[in-house]
Amino acid sequence: MKINFKIWRQENIQTKGAFRDYQLDGINEDMSLLEAIDFLNEKLVLQGEKVIAFDYDCREGICGQCGIFVNGRAHGPHDNVTTCQVHMRSFKEGETIVLEPWRAKAFPIVKDLVVDRSAFDRIIQKGGFISAGTGSAPEANSILIGKKEADKAMDAAACIGCGACVATCKNSSASLFTASKINHLDHLPQGRIESYDRTISMVKQMELEDFGACSFTGGCEIECPQSISISQIARMNNLFMKALLKKE
Amino acid sequence: MDQLNSKVPQGKLEEKWDKYQANAKLINPANKRKLNIIVVGSGLAGAGAAATLAELGYHVDCFCFQDSPRRAHSVAAQGGINASKNYRHDGDSVWRMFYDTLKGGDFRSREANVYRLAQLSAPLIDHFTAQGVPFAREYGGVLSNRSFGGVQVERTFYARGQTGQQLLVAAYSQLSKMVEAKKVSMYTRHEMLELVVIDGKARGIITRNLVTGEIRAHNAHAVVLATGGYSRVFRLSTLAIGCNGSAIWKAHKKGAFFAAPSFTQIHPTALPQSSESQSKLTLMSESLRNDGRIWVPKNKDEKRKANEIPEDQRDYYLERRYPSYGNLAPRDISSRAAKERIDAGHGVGPLKNAVYLDFKDAIKRLGIQTIKDRYGNLFSMYKKITGIDAYQEPMLISPAAHFSMGGLWVDYELMTTINGLYAIGEANYSDHGANRLGANSLLQASIDGYFILPNTINNYLADIVKEEVPSIDHPEFQKSINEVRAHIDRLLSIDGKKTVDHFHRELGNIMWKECAMSRNQEGLIHAISKIKDIKKDFWKEVKVTGHDKEFNQELEKALRLADFLELALLMCEDALQRNESCGAHFREEYQSSDGEAQRNDEDYSYVSAWKYLSEDKFELVREQLIFEYVKPTVRSYK
Repeated sequence: MKINFKIWRQENIQTKGAFRDYQLDGINEDMSLLEAIDFLNEKLVLQGEKVIAFDYDCREGICGQCGIFVNGRAHGPHDNVTTCQVHMRSFKEGETIVLEPWRAKAFPIVKDLVVDRSAFDRIIQKGGFISAGTGSAPEANSILIGKKEADKAMDAAACIGCGACVATCKNSSASLFTASKINHLDHLPQGRIESYDRTISMVKQMELEDFGACSFTGGCEIECPQSISISQIARMNNLFMKALLKKE
Repeated sequence: MDQLNSKVPQGKLEEKWDKYQANAKLINPANKRKLNIIVVGSGLAGAGAAATLAELGYHVDCFCFQDSPRRAHSVAAQGGINASKNYRHDGDSVWRMFYDTLKGGDFRSREANVYRLAQLSAPLIDHFTAQGVPFAREYGGVLSNRSFGGVQVERTFYARGQTGQQLLVAAYSQLSKMVEAKKVSMYTRHEMLELVVIDGKARGIITRNLVTGEIRAHNAHAVVLATGGYSRVFRLSTLAIGCNGSAIWKAHKKGAFFAAPSFTQIHPTALPQSSESQSKLTLMSESLRNDGRIWVPKNKDEKRKANEIPEDQRDYYLERRYPSYGNLAPRDISSRAAKERIDAGHGVGPLKNAVYLDFKDAIKRLGIQTIKDRYGNLFSMYKKITGIDAYQEPMLISPAAHFSMGGLWVDYELMTTINGLYAIGEANYSDHGANRLGANSLLQASIDGYFILPNTINNYLADIVKEEVPSIDHPEFQKSINEVRAHIDRLLSIDGKKTVDHFHRELGNIMWKECAMSRNQEGLIHAISKIKDIKKDFWKEVKVTGHDKEFNQELEKALRLADFLELALLMCEDALQRNESCGAHFREEYQSSDGEAQRNDEDYSYVSAWKYLSEDKFELVREQLIFEYVKPTVRSYK
């Protein structure tokens, strides 16, 4: 197939970026969108041009590294998938595909379609863990957790940290990401012990990183590759209020 | 010839690890604070090691090439992690797990290491549970289990189809905790390009900042490589695109022996290749074989859709050939059996390169909801990629290059042949022999990082605690920096006519054809000469655009491919030298009349450890394998 690409090119964070047009013929509809960019990049190299930088790694929809805004949607035209799981059969012959990076103040542009999501790492560093040292754990079955509760923990834990929730949110809120992590650990008895402190410090860090506030428009749950529900945010807010009260 | 000392402790098998720990040297906490350790890689092995070493009081510098340590390829292991807990009361024990793993590896691994792997599996599950891994649970609250290939008990723990992801997130959380505590300095988007060895000791590394291109030296008291596997040498593999062999290859060139390089696991349940333009193959978890049945049509020219083919015209070839293990036969056997049927003309799918994995009977037996609970995300992933609903019709699967059992040779302490250089997880050759059992990779990576290395590294550090680490101004660091720069400049100046991907496809094709599922002498000799040609052409004709002082993914790929081209040669040499069939190494000349592998214990019961002499010369050093407790038997799953 023949596809026209409109792709954001930007040397680095200091320089200004702009869209550039590329026409590409010979695309196979079984190619993933990322493979189509690989294909385009090979052509660019042969023409002596710099390749289009984009993030990817596992290409199985699980590592969370890829993330491109495609035709105005995070990760492309389908609900709940990563960019690497979008195939060219999803587009029409001759279509123009617009590719741009995640746009959020907290995610500075590294180059072209690549952004810096280290703000997520810093949120986790503020409490997204259970303070259990290596070698001191009790017998695993001594911590009983009912299937339903374990499933709820898993529902939240499924977050892959791709940033689509932030990218699609009109406020650039990281609430779905932060809520997922907080709720995952709060659903488990071993994680509940630090819950209040964790919630307060992670939410604070989220604010410090310049993510916006959540206004419950629900875009995040549509774009989340793991279909994490927006109700996670409500649960986090509830926990946050309780944590504040408890603190006082 | 160099002698290899495995450092396996004397005494009874069951007591070796305890005895080792009891006799290992200790370092007092005040001295630990003065010691700096470099950990390259932040997957399960690397993050576990970095977090634990930091907890113990060392300062750690941890490096990864991804944008966050939580992306490491450990995320992709879906199915589960083995542990001999015997929660199912089905006869499991440390001994049985040890035996299954040793046999699974076709008796090409070290008894003492394998026993320790089984022994540490139970506390590892406790450890991950304490860290908040949401393992699957029964209604009563206890942990749930399932079984995997190569075993007949249920010892696999899992977190839906995201086990690797969840274990990695736990390790990453622990790592994050230590970053916040300022005990770990984390360097993301950094790639190790050289190892620095001074007076026979690993003293540091040279890295490239992938965003700015800055080349920098880092010194330390010890260096730990946790850089994963190298099956991207085949180009098409189940590995993440960034996975590479560069760090261990550089270490090899600096004196670390490379063991069993040609032992590559071919995974039986990947999605089939659909075109030349493909960048990778996607793995479907092996756990699917718990309930799925594998078959091909008996009729070669079968045109009907899978569901229209009646039972008596289906060949459930694994159940037919291996009645006691059936669909749970180990990976090498299942892959080869699929290749045999595909080569015989019974393959299915548009390119006739796949077999069916059918859930019809399981859905009938257990109901669709149970199957959804067990494998839901795998089914939806399959649908996203292929557009096929596997609840309605069988999946198409095909063998693909997967885990590399080979890696840097390590002793019982996980130290390589360079003092102070350790290799953990998939980067080393240790516990899996010639074939890794399913759900043992997460296990090995985790225990290496969390439990073994943090205990064994003291033994080395205790002796050098008073030594001053050479500063990064030392001539050896400067020399290494200059070499790295020259290597990059050489690549950028070629300005040829072919892309890096072009060469990678060429290399991948020849490796897949001649050094993957089955090998023969003629093919390997041909591959060696062909790889030399590709390499020559690469250094004459490759074109890398852009420059070094920027984020340049084309340059990253070129640097990795340059190393793969050298490693591929050694892989073929290794496969050619071993005149027997064992595990993943199937030499066509050595098979029984019914197509089963013929091992030769008399002549090949050793680990091949290769010493680097020059770009195409390697010297073989043998570590004889001594089986004190188990008598190697013919590996039968019939």
